[in-house]
Amino acid sequence: MINTFIGNLGHFMTIVAFVSALTTAYAYIQYFRANEIDKANWRRFSRISFTVHGISAVMIAVSLFEIIYNHRFEYFYAYSHSSEALPVHYMVSSFWEGQEGAFILWIFWNVVLGTILIFTNKFWEASVMVVFALVQAFLVSMILGVVIGDLKIGSSPFILLREATQAPIFQMNPDFVPEDGTGLNPLLQNIWMVIHPPTLFLGYASTLVPFAFLMGGLVTKRYSEWIRPALPWAIFSAMILGMGIIMGAYWAYVTLNFGGYWNWDPVENAVYVPWLILVAAIHCMITFKKSATALKTSMVLVIMTFILVLYATFLVRSGVLGDASVHSFTDLGLSGQLLIYMLFFLAVAIVLLVKEWKNIPTSEKEASVYSREFWVFIGATTLSLMAFQVILPTSIPAWNAMVESFGGISNMAPPADQIEFYTKFQLWFAVALAMLTAVGQFFWWQKMDKKALKDALLTPYIISVLLSAAIIVLAKVYDWQYIILVLAGTFTITANSVILLKILKKSTYKLAGGSLAHIGLGMILIGIMFSSGYSDTISINMSGLTYSNSWEDELNKEHVLLWINKPTQMKDYTVIYRGRQKKVKGISEYVPAKILEPTGKVNEALALEDYKDDFKKGDKVDIVLEENDYFQIEYYQNEVLKFSLSPMSQFNEGMGGLISSPASKIFIDKDLYTYVAAMNDSEDPEWKEDETYEAAPGDQFHVADYVTYFDGADVLKELDGYVLQEGDVAVRANLRILDYDVEKLLQPTFIIRNNQVGKLPVIDNELGIKISLENILPEENKFVFKVNHYQKDYVVMKAIVKPYINILWIGTIIMLAGFTVAIFRRFDEFKKMRDKGLEI
Amino acid sequence: MKKGHLLGLGIIAIAIVIIMTSIGDASSYESFTTAKEMKQNGEDNAIHVVGQLKKDSTGEVTGLNVREDKVSFTFMLVDNEGVEQEVFYNEPVPADFSRSESVVVIGSYKNDDIFIADKILMKCPSKYQETEVQVAGM
Repeated sequence: MINTFIGNLGHFMTIVAFVSALTTAYAYIQYFRANEIDKANWRRFSRISFTVHGISAVMIAVSLFEIIYNHRFEYFYAYSHSSEALPVHYMVSSFWEGQEGAFILWIFWNVVLGTILIFTNKFWEASVMVVFALVQAFLVSMILGVVIGDLKIGSSPFILLREATQAPIFQMNPDFVPEDGTGLNPLLQNIWMVIHPPTLFLGYASTLVPFAFLMGGLVTKRYSEWIRPALPWAIFSAMILGMGIIMGAYWAYVTLNFGGYWNWDPVENAVYVPWLILVAAIHCMITFKKSATALKTSMVLVIMTFILVLYATFLVRSGVLGDASVHSFTDLGLSGQLLIYMLFFLAVAIVLLVKEWKNIPTSEKEASVYSREFWVFIGATTLSLMAFQVILPTSIPAWNAMVESFGGISNMAPPADQIEFYTKFQLWFAVALAMLTAVGQFFWWQKMDKKALKDALLTPYIISVLLSAAIIVLAKVYDWQYIILVLAGTFTITANSVILLKILKKSTYKLAGGSLAHIGLGMILIGIMFSSGYSDTISINMSGLTYSNSWEDELNKEHVLLWINKPTQMKDYTVIYRGRQKKVKGISEYVPAKILEPTGKVNEALALEDYKDDFKKGDKVDIVLEENDYFQIEYYQNEVLKFSLSPMSQFNEGMGGLISSPASKIFIDKDLYTYVAAMNDSEDPEWKEDETYEAAPGDQFHVADYVTYFDGADVLKELDGYVLQEGDVAVRANLRILDYDVEKLLQPTFIIRNNQVGKLPVIDNELGIKISLENILPEENKFVFKVNHYQKDYVVMKAIVKPYINILWIGTIIMLAGFTVAIFRRFDEFKKMRDKGLEI
Repeated sequence: MKKGHLLGLGIIAIAIVIIMTSIGDASSYESFTTAKEMKQNGEDNAIHVVGQLKKDSTGEVTGLNVREDKVSFTFMLVDNEGVEQEVFYNEPVPADFSRSESVVVIGSYKNDDIFIADKILMKCPSKYQETEVQVAGM
């Protein structure tokens, strides 16, 4: 039965949230303007209105989750994003797989942030909340789902399946409810995808806070006071956004099979750019607090951060990227709305800034080369140029769309080799940044002139050169570009470590944020240099096949074909593919798939054999996501099994085929990263022609290249799955088949009942053979076997060694820790000043 | 003010370099005909061609030829002008390849007969345009 209540509730709450957002904005404007007598009333009303908005926003989320959680497949959202087989934590991922869910997440975070601001910061409440409420109105409009004539405002997640599709079934039976949904994209079935989107959206949402304070500052003409409350939030935002980016990179590394953690895909670039600008903004804001310069730059950068977040949303969700991205984004027809959203805030910000530009205080003093302002400014400029270099080519599809909307033709495409294109710039910018952080930190903490600088830098310089020399020699870094990178990285690490030690000795850990973050940057650089620059594909095909064309022989084939059980040499390892596995609930290792037979019920299988102490033959076992196959690949060195890896692949009909995920062996100094690129399809085998063999017990013969021993036959008293009657004769042949080091026993059976012959063939999918006992010739003491075969099981695999990738991960953690320390310091500062009443 | 000006000029110079290289390194969307002309004119840089897989009268993909070691393959792509071209890709066949609605190949001609794709982007039938609903279990 169709449940329309919950969808109507969700839709109604969306409308309430939209209206209350507008009311809140209006009310806060009135509160802002009201005289002292009316102020209290307007404030109460505004807060009530915002509370209504907050509750309805939460209710939207609850309604949508209820639909997914209770498998209400009559709703389009549940049907297309989830399925019965999903565990609860992946239902959470289903929630934000669709764009509507992502917008709800964003709305939710804004409500949380708005509430915190109301409680912590009474003075700025009115102006800040006007901006918040307007943003909320725009965001809620994205999921409004209202159609007025040809105009469609928003795409509602609460529409029924029958409204979303024109499937003929609904004409026959409007109340039809599908049995199951099409499932969650298997790539998103990963624990990082449960936590990555909320983190990223919290990052997105929090860029609004400094922007809102700035708008408040411009309106109230408190051109510099906004910085103190905005700064801890800006650092918070950079920390969370950075964490979101890293989680996304890590998710890509462990789930996607493009062979790395960063691909310079437009979607990745779209978050990277606002983050760079935000970091530049933070540096300028800190400089302003110290020395009253860089105020205007801070303002421009804060505005740019927020607008770039909106621009990123526009690029990613409007469908304008189209062919340019490997990420598939569906166009929900929101591009116009997204564009208006972005242009509205851009216009408001520019108008306010231009209007107040003349009144904003500036420092007339020219910054000296030996001043920290100068170096921070250079750093911020470098960050901005980095961002500019990335956003420009990323916007090519948007540029094409713009030219075409004016009737022109533009056939510009993004650079063909994106990784090479972006790296050649970003690498050198990053080197410059590393040097700047090292030098800049010294300027920051003490007054510098030429001599003092020399003295201060000498020790870290010597240490870092020695350290680099050791790294270069030990890790064999012989490329001149990488040598410079190592130098820059170690220099920033040592210089900032020296500063860090000084700070810790003299004062409190609270001041250590900057140097920690910079040490992290140095480690990230070195980690990227090793893991990407020296990543080594070891799965080079050495099958020795020659091709019909000479040019093809010159190409490196970067995958190996592994036949089951056949040892294959791969650089230092001998690898053997051992067959498919499944994950069974309650068992930590993977279980061979061949001993599990699907029962037809979702995620349930019948055990065909005993498995250790975990289950017995005939037991029903629970499979974790039955579509997942794990391919067991053993790695040998000197004939000794070192370890085995099980890269995963999932066949998902609803999602359009196969998706595979890597498996990595993590060593302390490197990762061995492997994934399956192609595999045998045993669902619908093409059997080759019949082959017939006659053999006597004890004979040895070849079946499809396998050495086979016929060890004789037994007369059976009982037979699994068959009731033997009086007078029945059942004979089972024992065939031993050898495949490399594996010996298999195949037992085709032959039954005679009332002069009728029944044959029970055996199929071995791994070897790709089917054998039946066709006849028994007692006179000659011979048995007749019929054999069909198709493809032996195989996988095509890629394996890459990524050296020192752990330095990268540790570096990111240190950098995030640095940000966290800085947040506490700045918030503490703000709180002390606020409580003293010195500053509002 | 002198230093400020120098700095400003430096920034502008770098920005111009960035813009020029972005335009210079930008690839372009071409058809097989124009791509071949480019090759004959000695331009070797990788370009984008958008097309569809060749299908026979029953709608099955034809011309897919997987190499014996299964680590590379060739296929027939029909570009938007209807020109057919054999394309080589030095990777195993992507999983949902034959289901894709349109295929973007990024690469260049090796010789007059074969186009080598360095990268393939596939556009798969969007779930949102789905008009069929699985009615199993009715």
